[in-house]
Amino acid sequence: MSENILEIKDLVVSYGGIEAVKGISFDVPKGKIVTLIGANGAGKSTVLKTVSGIVKPKNASITFEGTEISGKTPDFIVSKGVTLVPEGRRVFPNLTVSENLKIGAYLRKDKKAIQKDTEHVYELFPRLKERSWQLAGTLSGGEQQMLAVGRALMSSPKLIMMDEPSLGLAPLVVQDIFSIIRQINSEGITVLLIEQNANMALKIADKAYVMETGRITKEGTGAELLADETIKEAYLGKTK
Amino acid sequence: MLNKKNKKIDIIALFVIVALLFAVDIIAEMVAPRTSLFFSVVKKSCVYALVAVSMNLLNGFTGLFSLGQAGFMLIGAYTYAILTIPSEMRDSVYQYFDGGLVKNPIPWPLALIVAGLIAGIFAFLIGLPVLRLKSDYLAIATLGFAEIIRAFVQWDKFGPLTNGSNLLRGYPTFDSLATDWFGSPKFSSTIALAITVLCVLLIVLFINSTYGRALKAIRDDEIAAEAMGINLASHKQISFIISSFFAGIGGALLAMHQSTIQATAFKSAMTYEILLIVVVGGIGSISGSCIASFLYIAASEWWLRGLDSGSFLGIESSLFRGGFRKVVFSVIIMIIVLFFRQGIMGDKEFSLSRIIEKIKRKKKTPEKKTEKKEVVTK
Repeated sequence: MSENILEIKDLVVSYGGIEAVKGISFDVPKGKIVTLIGANGAGKSTVLKTVSGIVKPKNASITFEGTEISGKTPDFIVSKGVTLVPEGRRVFPNLTVSENLKIGAYLRKDKKAIQKDTEHVYELFPRLKERSWQLAGTLSGGEQQMLAVGRALMSSPKLIMMDEPSLGLAPLVVQDIFSIIRQINSEGITVLLIEQNANMALKIADKAYVMETGRITKEGTGAELLADETIKEAYLGKTK
Repeated sequence: MLNKKNKKIDIIALFVIVALLFAVDIIAEMVAPRTSLFFSVVKKSCVYALVAVSMNLLNGFTGLFSLGQAGFMLIGAYTYAILTIPSEMRDSVYQYFDGGLVKNPIPWPLALIVAGLIAGIFAFLIGLPVLRLKSDYLAIATLGFAEIIRAFVQWDKFGPLTNGSNLLRGYPTFDSLATDWFGSPKFSSTIALAITVLCVLLIVLFINSTYGRALKAIRDDEIAAEAMGINLASHKQISFIISSFFAGIGGALLAMHQSTIQATAFKSAMTYEILLIVVVGGIGSISGSCIASFLYIAASEWWLRGLDSGSFLGIESSLFRGGFRKVVFSVIIMIIVLFFRQGIMGDKEFSLSRIIEKIKRKKKTPEKKTEKKEVVTK
């Protein structure tokens, strides 16, 4: 059995009295791609926001590589090696592409390693290199998503969490993004992925969880869930 | 579009422009008569430029809408004056308060820095509760703070320190310093210009540092900045403190310009004037704030003066009497706001390399229009 990089136990998050996440527990094995699928409002994004420290949980134990990180500040969590690619890309529109990447490495001090990582990101996304002096707000949606992923990689994460990377992108671009996710994972970075595009997500996932209204209702390998009849009906658009 | 070579050009251009500013000012000081309004305009616009740039650091670069500038200027001006009034003047200045609490003055450059520091300390204390607020709420809270400070300074109980609601005078001014150094008030505006240029350059360095970049990230998208590990609270706090530090120095410079100060002058109207300069110059543009403050002060105190006194540009009219200047001035402001919504500079800085590239591009493809600005919608 492989070691878990992230372990979440009894996570409860509430927004002003309404519980968005009602006590879920799950593990993310090291070096794998794990996906969390579910309908709108299931609480997937909230889980990621809580792990990254942006939202404070009501009750939880979140351990990352054995360190308790629940309730800690986002800068502490990022410095530990957990980075979030937020939903809807959220690049900094009035900063240039290269400035965006520098912000990604904000908490790092080792200039040489940052330089090396910048080059690595430009290798992964040659388009960004061409546009390194362009304002991020002038990029296309796909390029912005690439920048958002590149920016997250600049913090040299051990675990990268992506919130709906395929949101609002053309099918071809979505395929690009997913192949990038695979490549990032092959370099040893664990990926926790949230997707509405359940089909694509399950295909690349080593492990998958299904969330419904704040609870995890199913888990299994990506292939198992792809074959699951109820999943097919609920998320993959199979007609009876 | 931009690269390292262009950066070099821009840095050289910056030094050339600064040198030109000094040259123009020094030549004017040598040639023009002492009574020319130009010098007063230069001094006041220096003060306003510094405060506008400090406000821009908050509003334009960090995205915090604060209206406390007049309050911090007041703190700076009073700190400077209280610390530098010569011992022999104190008895006459603090005539109602037995010569005041502070007896011995400190050198003026030190007082200038202390003025900034005290304003910074106040900013730190106020920032703790206030910076949790957003947009309009923050503006209201900081505006309220500025009003409270003004009331406190005028309070009789603080008289031994602040001289209550009476004037403070007798401290070193631009004119007195110039007289000490050069024998006459000549070159007093050069002193103001030098201090302002130094402070604005410091702010520019700060904005272009890693910290400055983080502030811009916060302005663009708080949640993404937070997700990248930028501590929102501490960065906003730092921006607020530095902005107030320079507003404090700006207040001290205003005191140096005016030769007497009184708390009643630091009304919220002063903040609005500065906000106007920031908006007209372009939110997020340092060079815009500097240009706009000169234009604003020159127009309101110098160029349009004829409108109040009967003849303007050789035209005589009975309309041109006291107060008409303000009518014309308001119309000009409205036109600017209607037709130049981004302000004079938008969020761009003056950059020689961009101008060069535009000219080059025009030569290459004369039929093509120069780059279209893409509007970023959130």
